[in-house]
Amino acid sequence: MSDLLLQTESLSVGRGDRVLFSGLTFAVAAGELVHLRGRNGAGKTSLLEVLAGLRAAVSGTVARPAGGLHWLGHKNALNGDLSVYENLGFWCALQNCDPSPIAAALERLGLARLRHRPSRTLSAGQKRRAALARLLIAPRPLWLLDEPLAALDVEGLAYVGRMLDEHLRGGGGALVTSHQALPVDATHVQILELA
Amino acid sequence: MLRAFAAALRRELRVAARHKGDWLLPPLFYLIVVTLFALGGKPNDPQLAAFAPAVLWVGGLLSALLNLDRLFRADYDDGTLEQMFLAEHGPLAVVYAKLAGHWLLGGLPLALLAVPLALQLGVPTPVLGSLLTGLLLGTPMLSLIGGFAAALTVGLPRAAVLLPVLVLPLIGPVVIFGAGAARAAAAGLDAAGPLYLLASLLVLGLCFLPLAATAALRNSFE
Repeated sequence: MSDLLLQTESLSVGRGDRVLFSGLTFAVAAGELVHLRGRNGAGKTSLLEVLAGLRAAVSGTVARPAGGLHWLGHKNALNGDLSVYENLGFWCALQNCDPSPIAAALERLGLARLRHRPSRTLSAGQKRRAALARLLIAPRPLWLLDEPLAALDVEGLAYVGRMLDEHLRGGGGALVTSHQALPVDATHVQILELA
Repeated sequence: MLRAFAAALRRELRVAARHKGDWLLPPLFYLIVVTLFALGGKPNDPQLAAFAPAVLWVGGLLSALLNLDRLFRADYDDGTLEQMFLAEHGPLAVVYAKLAGHWLLGGLPLALLAVPLALQLGVPTPVLGSLLTGLLLGTPMLSLIGGFAAALTVGLPRAAVLLPVLVLPLIGPVVIFGAGAARAAAAGLDAAGPLYLLASLLVLGLCFLPLAATAALRNSFE
């Protein structure tokens, strides 16, 4: 895959007994952001789930990077009874990564003073930021982000933009679904439209 | 994998500590059900003592079902399940930890509570050892079979209604051997046979049911 982080070949994706699309071939190279767009129900989330390895494709192949990937779905993977810090600590144990960067990641996303609060007391935007903190805790070459901007305020959008720009400058790649324009340097961005 | 198992078990216990009602409800329900049997019978009725093992086993089984549908539900709803499946060593360690947590917070208290409840039903003291050993071997099977059923139904609406229908037939052999061990001891016979069979079922369950639960959970993404 040389500098390619993700490559698909004739990919068909379905949900239930319905094929959403077929014959999709594309790649994400190092330093590249692919903005995945499409109408509601076109299969953006299903495609990302297949690329992450959560679901099987109907047919076709997916080559993923050896260094692993980050998955941020619609859901934030935060247990409401646990604090933000406890949730991220548990995630670190799952990923077998060092938990020491958690504090710095939360600081950077403006959540430092909320880190010991139960997640259920946070606003939707704060929860989204806490989920995004995972991207900073353990470096991974490929980010698969499903509507990462949902519920974020202007400050949150700026954080995500900076995170994506730094990730791409560092040789990472990302595939992002969003109905909004992505707050990043436009030279990195390729558009992939699902019909 | 050990790190993931320890972290997941700690997380289960921590969440339970913040939701005391969730794990206090099954023992309370058990206490009420068995006490109603004692109140419904005649004082010092030998029939009550004869039926006590079955009452204690079925009461424990029904109590353990009370919070079963929540075993994977919260993780499914909040997206943690997705992160579990993308974990470095896969989800199996977390599934084992969740089943262990369910037994520690559900099955173990029920097994221990069965001893005073058995005395209340007039079970002779020499039978208590077989009864407790049977429950200590059988209640983990409730968590294992129940966990598999909870994993199968995690993505379905109204799973709580479906769960007993799935679990109760599968748990039949455990109840038969568990109550059988106590009945054998009450009749002055050797209870080792049914207890060995329970132990064999537990070993098989520990080997295969978490794998089956993991496969069922993966299916919830489809």
